[in-house]
Amino acid sequence: MGVEGIGARVTRKEDKRFLTGKGRYTDDMTVPGMKYACFVRSPYAHAKIIGIDASAARQMPGVIDVLDGKQLQADGIGNLICGWMIHSKDGSPMKMGAWRPLAVDTVRYVGDAVAIVVADSYLEARDAAEAVSVEYEEMPAVTEAIAAMADGAPQLHPEAPGNLIFDWELGDGVAADQAIASAVHVTEIEIHNNRLSPNPMEPRATLGIYDAAEDHYTCYTTSQNPHVARLVMSAFYNVAPENKLRVIAPDVGGGFGSKIYIYPEEIVCLWASKKTGVPVKWTSDRTEAFLTDAHGRDHVSKVKMAFDSDHRITGLKVDTIANLGAYMSLFSSAVPTYLYATLLSGQYAIPAIHANVRTVYTNTVPVDAYRGAGRPEATYLLERTIETAARELGVSPAELRRKNFIRSFPYQTPVIMNYDAGDYETSVAAAMEAADWAGFSARRADAESRGKKRGIGMSCYIEACGIAPSAAVGSLGAGVGLWESAEVRVNAVGTIEVLTGSHSHGQGHETTFAQLVAERLGVSIDSVNIVHGDTDKVQMGMGTYGSRSGAVGMSAVVKALDKVEAKAKKIAAHMMEADESDIVIENGELKVAGTDKTVPWFQVALAAYTAHNLPGGMEPGLKETAFYDPANFTFPAGCYIAEVEVDPETGKTDIVQFVAADDFGNIINPLIVEGQVHGGLAQGIGQALLEEVRYDPESGQLLTASYMDYAMPRADDLPSFKLSHQNTPCPSNPLGIKGCGEAGAIGSPPALINAITDAIGNNSLTMPATPMKVWQALQSVH
Amino acid sequence: MYETSYHRASSVEDAVKLRGEHEEGRYLAGGMTLIATMKQRLAAPTDLIDLRHIPDLAGISIDGRNVRIGAGTPHAEVAKSDELRAVCPALCNLAGMIGDPHVRHMGTIGGSIANNDPAADYPAAMLALGATIITDRRWIAADEFFVGLFETALEEGEMVTAVTFEAPEKAGYAKFANPASRYALTGVFVAKSADGVRVGVTGAGANGVFRHKGMEEALGVNWAPDSVAGADVDPKDMLSDMHASAAYRANLVKVMAKRAVIAAG
Repeated sequence: MGVEGIGARVTRKEDKRFLTGKGRYTDDMTVPGMKYACFVRSPYAHAKIIGIDASAARQMPGVIDVLDGKQLQADGIGNLICGWMIHSKDGSPMKMGAWRPLAVDTVRYVGDAVAIVVADSYLEARDAAEAVSVEYEEMPAVTEAIAAMADGAPQLHPEAPGNLIFDWELGDGVAADQAIASAVHVTEIEIHNNRLSPNPMEPRATLGIYDAAEDHYTCYTTSQNPHVARLVMSAFYNVAPENKLRVIAPDVGGGFGSKIYIYPEEIVCLWASKKTGVPVKWTSDRTEAFLTDAHGRDHVSKVKMAFDSDHRITGLKVDTIANLGAYMSLFSSAVPTYLYATLLSGQYAIPAIHANVRTVYTNTVPVDAYRGAGRPEATYLLERTIETAARELGVSPAELRRKNFIRSFPYQTPVIMNYDAGDYETSVAAAMEAADWAGFSARRADAESRGKKRGIGMSCYIEACGIAPSAAVGSLGAGVGLWESAEVRVNAVGTIEVLTGSHSHGQGHETTFAQLVAERLGVSIDSVNIVHGDTDKVQMGMGTYGSRSGAVGMSAVVKALDKVEAKAKKIAAHMMEADESDIVIENGELKVAGTDKTVPWFQVALAAYTAHNLPGGMEPGLKETAFYDPANFTFPAGCYIAEVEVDPETGKTDIVQFVAADDFGNIINPLIVEGQVHGGLAQGIGQALLEEVRYDPESGQLLTASYMDYAMPRADDLPSFKLSHQNTPCPSNPLGIKGCGEAGAIGSPPALINAITDAIGNNSLTMPATPMKVWQALQSVH
Repeated sequence: MYETSYHRASSVEDAVKLRGEHEEGRYLAGGMTLIATMKQRLAAPTDLIDLRHIPDLAGISIDGRNVRIGAGTPHAEVAKSDELRAVCPALCNLAGMIGDPHVRHMGTIGGSIANNDPAADYPAAMLALGATIITDRRWIAADEFFVGLFETALEEGEMVTAVTFEAPEKAGYAKFANPASRYALTGVFVAKSADGVRVGVTGAGANGVFRHKGMEEALGVNWAPDSVAGADVDPKDMLSDMHASAAYRANLVKVMAKRAVIAAG
């Protein structure tokens, strides 16, 4: 490891511009003639559109035009799609209802877009949007999944009778039933996974620019994957062919999944730019973000876990109902299926697993991947269940987990995944030592003397990230491949540009990707620039989500660097009249091993471009491209331990200690990894204690549409975290790295709820464990 | 925000005159509620009369145990006033619990009590301290001032200029914050003076801030944290919303009252 190479705690190169307010976000983009959009949105959760009268709005000051869904449809703009096909267990394909970018005859959630107003200023657009008269015929609404499945429930889409999208299964139901029937003990529990709003600091925004002379579109957008946005908008929405559509995702202020998807606004602003002849910019306000950004989670599950007399888990049966909202968002079908049920083995050797998943339409904003996406739901379910089992069996929750750990690798689970490497014992031991697990009873007694109820809770998570082998995901229904591309361009003076299809929206790629180059070539990270987020600059890429940029994106950079190094060595060998196989690269020089002959990196680069003296037949230049398609998912795992004190008078929970012991494989930059874990833990703690999207079940109005009512975690809600890393390198990628972006959000909620239920002596507690709910649970104990 | 006209008042008289000229106008103090409400288009005053540059509204003056706080005094100034802390530290502590640092440097005591948000902190203190609200035209006892949810005794165009009260022997405030907004889910201010004990409760009452007579009597007999345990707090009198049920708020009223007495010492 050099001072800036792999493993170095380098501060982030990009922070200077972010921390001084010099970042350039989509809303900062201004082009000549640009106008502003405001969307007319449905105030009803479910209604027929009888008519739209924009005549008054069109006459208002500054208004350029008002456009509606019928015009959009007439121009051939397509419906929004779900990019992952799931088949029900009867073999039928999922029942996808039409999602028009602007609703034509029916609105299905509060916030559904109905029309766009383009005006000289945002305020004029907003005034005019209020003046657009939409006549609705209100219909009954349903917001909760179980209610949506009931007889007589309001029906959202004619394509999906009973609001059922699919009824899917994974695993061996007969074997799981047999295990349960012959078990010595069966733990049964109902699990609720609360609905969350992603809340990136930067709200969504888009700027659509149509160039009539070139018949070309440019789309600035808050995207985690601009190439996917271009692909989908050209292939499915008929906005423009790919060569006529440039998508740029500049600085993006957080995504957490919510900026993976293509939303109506990007499509409509591009189309509106052509219709009106002016560039059209839209920026969401915070209330619009609550109303229209894809939400996360929202599962209800019934679980049975079977044990033999030796406390070994013999079977697991899970019945899950997932609320997907009013329409199927881009990856919504994959989240409660292949990103969820495939992780139900956890860290445990469970011979028989069966999961049944039903997904349901409701009159709520679409639900899709949110930090962790399916894996937090699996982990919460499994870790709450095993903790409950330990209490029922009267054994230590740590020992029950240890007894059931998978201990040899590779390990094929009954639910598709093949775990390549791991060492769960080391993480649990490290976490228990850091948490002083053995000293807990003394701390509990001390808390009791202070009138507080102290509890401790554990969670052993595993997740699958770095998604994933293209052929594998293709066979499971994915509409895209999940490889990544990289291009390494060495300039004539030796400085380097790395072009990546990964996208950084807070992850620190400009630093970590440069560290990889510094490690390989011995150059300074300041001589390396990372280029991303522009489809005109980077040829193709699949973007950043599912903790994939390190494991997949950087692996592509490794492959491109391999090619660059091979060519550089050939040039250096020719320059120094040495054998190519004797050349080594160290500290920014190419050396003939075992001699004092060296040539600086920049001279090799210069030689490549002057081309005065290259080996015979060699093309000039030093620039290489690579695509990397992973051989497997990677499997980060770890053990989290939360310790809490509950104030029995108010029900308020204080997190007095939080320990995270994670195995992320090899680590590029510990500082950034720790930051990712801190952020993930904050979101997991938010889910466990604070956050919940609430709709009024009758009217379908969103009740938590601002920070007055939606509780985001703040610094003073969080403890100082105790982190450690136990690294088993991933065998399937060249850097041996796993993913660290989602682990904190995946592993922490069950640790907290296990701790609180331990403290209060009542296992019936749903997230978020607000002070009121904890107090109520305490009243029922008394 | 809809279009509005801005006026900077130079004196109380000037402000009242401007307000009289604009039927749909509003006074603007710190703007911590009004501006946010306007941005959400839930309020649309034609004119804003800015009170923030009126010298007479600023500052805290103490004469013996008599306290006068100008309506334009921001919460941060109340929180850090050594003179006030010497005679009534509980009010400094309360001011330090309002919102966040940005809010505390913009929001004012006059704006807070004139708005009478049912979850605001100051109204509980005004009631418990037996404060008098001074306006451009009269003096109003706190008991008469706070009428209901967002309702006060202020007449059209009437403006709060100051509050005044006699510093109590002891006082304390305990607040249980809404996890989302950090407003008071329940806040209780207790004050003990020669005239007896007064208890002001905010955040919890179905009709806004109120005094709890049962606790006042119990604490009058025995000024001790446990004295409030037997008080009757009827959930029927409490607010109930998605953040807290009436039963939970009724519990919090007792717990916060106890803690306020502990804080008072």
